Amino acid sequence: MAGPSTDPRAPAAGTAVPKRRGTEAALLGFAVLITVVAQSIVDLTITGSLRPEMAAFSAWITALWVVAHLAVRKWAPYADPLLLPAVALLVGLGLTVIHRLDLASEQVDSTVTREDAPVQLVWATLGVALFVGVLVIVRDHRTLSRYAYTLALIGMALLALPALLPSSLSEVNGAKIWIRVAGFSIQPGEFAKICLVVFFAAYLVDKRDVLALASRKVAGLELPRGRDLGPVLLAWVLSILVLVFERDLGSSLLLFGIFLVMLYVATERSSWLLIGVGLFAVGALVAYQLFGHVQQRVDTWLDPFAYRDGAGYQLVQSLFGLGTGGLFGAGLGGGRPDQVPVAKSDFIAAAVGEELGLFGLVAVIVLYLVLVERGLRTSLIVRDAFGKLLAAGLAFAVAWQVFVVLGGVTGLLPLTGLTTPFLAYGGSSLVANFVLVALLVRISDAARRPATPHATPPPRLGEAPTEVVQQ
Amino acid sequence: MNAPLRRVAISVLVLFTLLIVNVNYIQVVRAEKLRNDRGNTRVLAEEYDRERGSIVVAGKEIALSVPTDDRLTYLRQYPDGELYAGVTGYYSVVYGNAGLERAENDLLAGSDPRLVFRRLADLFTGRDPAGGNVELTLDPAVQQAAMSGLEGVTGAVVALDPSTGAILGMASTPSYDPNQLSSHDPQAIRAYWDQLSAADRDPRLNRAISDNFPPGSLFKVIVSAAALEDGYTPETVIPAPQELPLPNSSRVIPNFNGSACSSSGEQSLIDALTISCNTAFAQLGMDLGEDRVREMAEAFGMDGETFDIPLQVEGSSIGEVEDEAALAQTSIGQRDVRMTPLQAALIAATVANDGVQMRPYLVDQVQAPDLTVIDSTQPEEWRDAVSADVANQLTEMMKSVVDNGSGRAARIPGVEVAGKTGTAQVSADVPDHTWFMGFAPADDPKIAVAVFVANGGGTGGERSAPIARQVMEAYLDGQGEG
Repeated sequence: MAGPSTDPRAPAAGTAVPKRRGTEAALLGFAVLITVVAQSIVDLTITGSLRPEMAAFSAWITALWVVAHLAVRKWAPYADPLLLPAVALLVGLGLTVIHRLDLASEQVDSTVTREDAPVQLVWATLGVALFVGVLVIVRDHRTLSRYAYTLALIGMALLALPALLPSSLSEVNGAKIWIRVAGFSIQPGEFAKICLVVFFAAYLVDKRDVLALASRKVAGLELPRGRDLGPVLLAWVLSILVLVFERDLGSSLLLFGIFLVMLYVATERSSWLLIGVGLFAVGALVAYQLFGHVQQRVDTWLDPFAYRDGAGYQLVQSLFGLGTGGLFGAGLGGGRPDQVPVAKSDFIAAAVGEELGLFGLVAVIVLYLVLVERGLRTSLIVRDAFGKLLAAGLAFAVAWQVFVVLGGVTGLLPLTGLTTPFLAYGGSSLVANFVLVALLVRISDAARRPATPHATPPPRLGEAPTEVVQQ
Repeated sequence: MNAPLRRVAISVLVLFTLLIVNVNYIQVVRAEKLRNDRGNTRVLAEEYDRERGSIVVAGKEIALSVPTDDRLTYLRQYPDGELYAGVTGYYSVVYGNAGLERAENDLLAGSDPRLVFRRLADLFTGRDPAGGNVELTLDPAVQQAAMSGLEGVTGAVVALDPSTGAILGMASTPSYDPNQLSSHDPQAIRAYWDQLSAADRDPRLNRAISDNFPPGSLFKVIVSAAALEDGYTPETVIPAPQELPLPNSSRVIPNFNGSACSSSGEQSLIDALTISCNTAFAQLGMDLGEDRVREMAEAFGMDGETFDIPLQVEGSSIGEVEDEAALAQTSIGQRDVRMTPLQAALIAATVANDGVQMRPYLVDQVQAPDLTVIDSTQPEEWRDAVSADVANQLTEMMKSVVDNGSGRAARIPGVEVAGKTGTAQVSADVPDHTWFMGFAPADDPKIAVAVFVANGGGTGGERSAPIARQVMEAYLDGQGEG
């Protein structure tokens, strides 16, 4: 049903398609304006005057998005016009909140000046550079499928590296997910995520016919053949290994969830989802029984106030911040978001909720929703199966991560320790997510570009066909 | 693949809706509860943003807020630290407020209704809302004398102006440094708190008002008052045997050191009080009966009720009196009789003020941030304990105690002093509590004082009377007397 020629959304060849670059530019301008105004409000509220670097910051942030926009104009002119502005606004807001928390920590102890916002700006700059780099190098997203197994290998290696390194180089706050070299901390899992999504997409396009074969029907569900359970079991085992050896609940949940949804999209078999959820339930139960840190996470999630001075402290402080923020928030610089430990990274949403209130936090959630739904829309309208799966995987990765993180920070789910994409302090996460959104921009360019029939030969993964007409 | 894709898109929408609903629940439904949770320091932090008012003694700030450049804008400081700790209390980010910092918090924090119209004005003029000041009745010389008198012992001193009820001095030892509980360093605060908690005798307890103790022979003044009201005179001769057998018991009440009060086995009421004869007062109490003794104790304020000065004062009472034997012990201030040092000072002050008890108060006036007075305390007659006649007779008897009896250590050259000593047994293996209450000058009382020393051993005359003398002298010197 999803054959390229039957997709009503695919523009017919020769029709003039609006590129919408003007819309993108205007929205980017709006994002820059909000960023600069918000930064000024923080300075004026906390220190009473604009910092001397304000002009340089404004110029820098403007330059960043001008460069990104020009790159899109040149190398992905048909790209979705909402993706980049949504990212720009999230990054700008993140920089503002991080700067605001910088000022708070300076107030607490004036001898320690922790300037994290400038560092984050450097990471954002590197992110935009990589964004442009991806657009320049990856001219057609389908070429990526050729490197699927290489990327899988790199992804696995990145994922496994912290577990293999000695704890002194890889462990921070109990999670063994870092590589710390020469003063830099890299979270390779963020990059592994992208590599693995690319691999999943290529692999599933390759194997989806086989995986979609049903052996028998049970209660209206078409169950897959037993011997086809291999891949999903492998993904499951991989997630469990991450959980066991890196004590990283978040990445484990993230990877398995992404794989499951991509498997479902590729095969259109909801039985895979049920099998996956069943495996997850088994894994979760066993993990809860075996690992103290998982038990602790769950216990503090169920009743954080019972552990308010211990394991639940962070979550309780986060809830206090959100509650105190109320509908409208304390205003930028008006609250005490620094009372929440690691507010800049894991709990940045709590800071947003405290100072910008319910309205601000919901706006951020909706902004993510825009980003994700535009990604999924790209997946709907792109013509090739690999692009569809890749876009769906990348978009869902953002959605799933946002849901798990914000759910954790607001007490809806147990805390997992994932970062809030684009918003939170952390170079690896920011740079990796720029690569992710560059891929989405690349695919959306292909999706909205008027079709030029047989311009490129169908890409191949091994000898398998990448596009299969559905039964 | 588009059908499952659409389902995924809808699922994402559902997940994000869950997030939004949950955030609504937290930030709207639960907001009030989260905002006011005891663990939420944000409201406190907001409080620290305002300049809190000062607590002032004789024009000098004993608690004040100074601006800092850290996260909490104002730091609370107590320049005299331990000297006024029992009065000021502390203002802690970790442990909340105590003392006047708590009792007068609304005014100091600026949220008192009496400040509202000024606050409204602040709103329009854009000034930071600031708290009001509290000016106390304390006299620095009295406070200093009390603290130095108590140096090295556990105890308390309360001094009152008998004619107004104004509290001139209120000291409790061991004391503590409120600065260390009011810093902005939670770790240091906790460490100091633990240190105080581990102390043998808790320095945070204001022994002048927050705890009550057996008063021993101080209570004989109450029994004397009951007798005088009942028609006795100071010259009335009452039985004073060497030992008093307790009714329905094999036990006896002895005199101090087992000595006889008089060779004849009886003596006048004034002599019995002067030498603090146990057997005489135990018998007198039984002769008067429980009702008379209890009524007189309550007339002086020993009704078991707490009251505010505005610090809360623990109640004083004679407790349950089960039988005659208990009444005999009660009449010499043992058994279940309990008295706060403030109550002792109040009894002395009542005798000094012709039997009229003035309501004790610590706050002289409260001021707006611009130092205009917005309220001041008017002295208030609280209880009519005894007639002026009885009060005068009690004064004569208490003068005799200091002139000729157990209270000689309280004598001040050139000044007539009236008083009563007390030595209370706690238990066999613990040194006695010692007391002195009195006032001076006896003919025109300016100051009434009570001195309590916990488990110091010795007698009230030896341990407590000299401290009382120092305190009274310090005040009278300052008043140009003595």
